Amino acid sequence: MSSTPLDTKGEPVFYLKEDHHPENSTLLGFWLYLMSDCLIFAVLFATYAVLGRNYAAGPSPADLFDLTLVAINTAMLLFSSITYGFAMLAMEKNNKKATLGWLAITGIFGLAFLFLELYEFHHLILEGAGPNRSAFLSAFFTLVGTHGLHVTFGCIWLVTLMVQVSLHGLIPENRRRLMCLSMFWHFLDVVWIGVFSLVYLIGVVG
Amino acid sequence: MTTHITHEEDAHHAHHGHSHGHEAGHGSMKSYMTGFILSVILTAVPFWLVMGDVFQSKAVTVALIMAFAVVQIIVHMIYFLHMNSRSEGGWTLLALIFTIVLVVIALSGSLWVMHHLNANMMPVSPDMMRNAP
Repeated sequence: MSSTPLDTKGEPVFYLKEDHHPENSTLLGFWLYLMSDCLIFAVLFATYAVLGRNYAAGPSPADLFDLTLVAINTAMLLFSSITYGFAMLAMEKNNKKATLGWLAITGIFGLAFLFLELYEFHHLILEGAGPNRSAFLSAFFTLVGTHGLHVTFGCIWLVTLMVQVSLHGLIPENRRRLMCLSMFWHFLDVVWIGVFSLVYLIGVVG
Repeated sequence: MTTHITHEEDAHHAHHGHSHGHEAGHGSMKSYMTGFILSVILTAVPFWLVMGDVFQSKAVTVALIMAFAVVQIIVHMIYFLHMNSRSEGGWTLLALIFTIVLVVIALSGSLWVMHHLNANMMPVSPDMMRNAP
């Protein structure tokens, strides 16, 4: 120990300079979770890509999909992404009221998306194009349904966090949670880009 | 002169505070709006390509849809998910690259294998279908 060099004030000098540690690794851990979720979607996309043309003499995407509805749905999710962004900006300015307001608007867009998706599913099943009709429809309902389930849980999480923020304010814990949900929400929008491009648009083109 | 120095110090402090804090989740109004406008354009164009029957060739339309999707995913990663090589010491980017490799293997591998299986299937005639057990 006596060999530790001392500077002029008598303080020990250490030459091993470590990088600055992040305060906690929650965000990295959550990112890793999202990446594993990405693999789930990759497998479902691969299933759809393989089975997407096995119609079993049933309806094809061009017969079934209403692109206007899908466009509105896509707009809902895109708007919810930007309003969540506004919520994060309000959070950084320590504006609790604005944060809650933008979160509420995000939630409404999310619910509108879910409503339109359920309407589409209901319509398809009534037309006899349910998940048991063909391999294409099984793969379609699994992929789009899994995404919809993620959005559902995102909405539940959003409401939970709104309650937390209104009860306890923008404390560090709530900020961390809001950041995690932000990543989750934008990630779902990224997955939706794959869904509307690969399933709906390319499906209708044929 | 003194105010000038204070300003400079303030700016330095602000900048330092920014890079010191958490990199993930940081965005400005400008970056969010840029991302949003780019996303709207990158979404609207492929929908227009399909709904407006712009190109006769299916292959061209499909290729363009895929290209727009890839660009929009990158836009979302940068402007909404604030992806960069610095956040969490580069580990988020490394995890992302690893995931992309796995996704590409899963997608292209599945398509390749299943395409070959279909192509190499024994052709089934209507007669064989009728007599199938």
